[in-house]
Amino acid sequence: MSGRTQDVGGEAPLAPGNGDAFLRIEGVSKNFGAVVAVDDVSLDIARGEFFALLGPSGCGKTTLLRMLAGFETPSGGGILLDGVDLAALPPYRRPVNMMFQSYALFPHMTVAGNVAFGLRQDRVPRAEIAARVAEALALVELSPLARRKPHQLSGGQRQRVALARSLVKRPKLLLLDEPLAALDKKLREQTQFELMEIQQRVGITFVIVTHDQDEAMTVADRIAVMEEGRIAQVDTPAAIYEAPRSRYVAEFIGDVNIFEGRAQAVNGGDLAVALAEAPCGLAAPARADGPAAGDTVLLAVRPEKIEIASAPPPPGTVNAIAGQVTEIAYLGSTSTYRVRLDSGRMVVSTQTNRLRHGGEAIGRGARVHLSWPVEASILLRA
Amino acid sequence: MSGERDRRKPARAGWGLIGRGSVIASPYLWLLIFFLVPFAIVLKISVAEVRLAIPPYTPLFAWPEGGSLELFAVGDNYRLLIEDSLYIRAYANSLKIAAISTLLTLLVGFPLAYAMARAPRAWQASLVMLVILPFWTSFLIRVYAWIGILKNEGMLNGVLRWIGVIDRPLVILNTDIAVYIGIVYSYLPFMVLPLYANLVRMDRSLLEAAADLGCRPAGAFWKITVPLARPGIVAGCFLVFIPAVGEFVIPDLLGGSGTLMIGRTLWTEFFSNRDWPVASAVAVILLLVLIVPIVLFQRHQQAQREREA
Repeated sequence: MSGRTQDVGGEAPLAPGNGDAFLRIEGVSKNFGAVVAVDDVSLDIARGEFFALLGPSGCGKTTLLRMLAGFETPSGGGILLDGVDLAALPPYRRPVNMMFQSYALFPHMTVAGNVAFGLRQDRVPRAEIAARVAEALALVELSPLARRKPHQLSGGQRQRVALARSLVKRPKLLLLDEPLAALDKKLREQTQFELMEIQQRVGITFVIVTHDQDEAMTVADRIAVMEEGRIAQVDTPAAIYEAPRSRYVAEFIGDVNIFEGRAQAVNGGDLAVALAEAPCGLAAPARADGPAAGDTVLLAVRPEKIEIASAPPPPGTVNAIAGQVTEIAYLGSTSTYRVRLDSGRMVVSTQTNRLRHGGEAIGRGARVHLSWPVEASILLRA
Repeated sequence: MSGERDRRKPARAGWGLIGRGSVIASPYLWLLIFFLVPFAIVLKISVAEVRLAIPPYTPLFAWPEGGSLELFAVGDNYRLLIEDSLYIRAYANSLKIAAISTLLTLLVGFPLAYAMARAPRAWQASLVMLVILPFWTSFLIRVYAWIGILKNEGMLNGVLRWIGVIDRPLVILNTDIAVYIGIVYSYLPFMVLPLYANLVRMDRSLLEAAADLGCRPAGAFWKITVPLARPGIVAGCFLVFIPAVGEFVIPDLLGGSGTLMIGRTLWTEFFSNRDWPVASAVAVILLLVLIVPIVLFQRHQQAQREREA
């Protein structure tokens, strides 16, 4: 990525559709006694969007999802789905289905019985139920297991039954509560792509709750990062990663080096930041709403954007610092270098291992020079 | 050194075998001493004849002087049970009363167990305690207490008359209704505890899933909660039904002279008529009648354990 990409951090566009919001969450709050689980959250989600609520456990993401399903009543605010206020509707009358973290499959029913359950509640004709159950099971590739009971299935198969059961009613909105958390890593990654493919095929709006940043980045069109009941940032995965708007978001998504310095003058679009370890200072693209000269600011740089070299950069280079390699973690496709600056601060740099013996150029204990382009710097408020 | 160890090994293994054997044998020993031997004695008496002596029945083996060993067994007692319709009616009535009582206990016990399982976690231990609490008082005294409640000038009629619902006392004591009340009251914990143990383990997200899929709470109760509670329902019903069939104290104290139950018949044969052989035959047949539900219950429990494993 080159050029000034910082503007992706501006007001997030509604990703697909770009029309009126399909799901509108307006100032929704939820208190459990004195505990505020969800605090004045507003979100607009477009029709057909794959939207992720991402945050650590206890950030209120599941509570927000349960309010969409109708299992919790908001303490304040409103939820509109396709122009209809959901507040007055109990869960069994909402055009919303949920896939539970535990899958919540009915143990006394077969796979087909589980999938048919929702259609039976709606008194769909028998023949149609059979056809739609078959279709849903084909979608998740479980047709041969229709007569099995849930306890005769593997974890991955149960997950797919839960997905089929929640899709078969063709809801306007599908909620997924940590749908892949119970699967092992390999299966989880594979299932993420299946989930995206299924979502594109059925065209239903998906809202997924997850604490796994990789999962959110992979599947979602847009991500809302949540922090203590509030929305910290709503953006596309790329914008969340490349242009986080707060230290919390920058640190929650991926690895990041954060330098604290004093803002100096703006030189033609770039804001110079004074830092003791950098002889020529640091620089980052200035932000319209950004800090003024004299303020203490944070400058964030992703490890893979930091170049590591044995030779010093030409004199006068900004964003250049020197240090000593203390550790090298070889991860196959990449290597991570932990570098101790002269001040004692640790900086992490990740390099792609393009050549087979690339790791030998810089060894442990070597004196190295780190540098990165101005565009790679992200300016954050302290 | 190693030779010494080798010599010691077989001895230790021998003790291990004896230890293991005695552990395995102890339940069988228990069954032998406290069930099979008494049953054999009852079976023996049931094929004897009444005799005015101590004990009041003919011995199974006789060794007349100068003769050889004689086996003495008659089927008359069993024939009597079939020919005299009193016994068949007593068995049938016992089964009927036990079945109706079991159903009533289930109807009372299920809501109770359901409420307990849904109560806040912190309360649940206390609620279980309250269900068990009556066991701390003698069963006999608690049944006597019901006489005080149900009799014509008892507490129940007093309260009903005082609030003006009735002007003449309801006759409950010494009727079948009083027997039902007594059995439901006495056996309620045997219904509630297995039901509670089952319902408390139920994953509540299943009910949320049902609601999410368009099922109203009442529908979810019948389609999800009740089918999943089935093992508890079956266990509770057997635990009430089996002892209720042979119940003696409750029909004797609360029932009327017309309340015909096999436990009472047995008592009459034994103590009033002093006809031990017929009484024993009644007991043997009662056991045979109960073996069917007991075996069904065991099978159900076994299947349940296998399903959970």
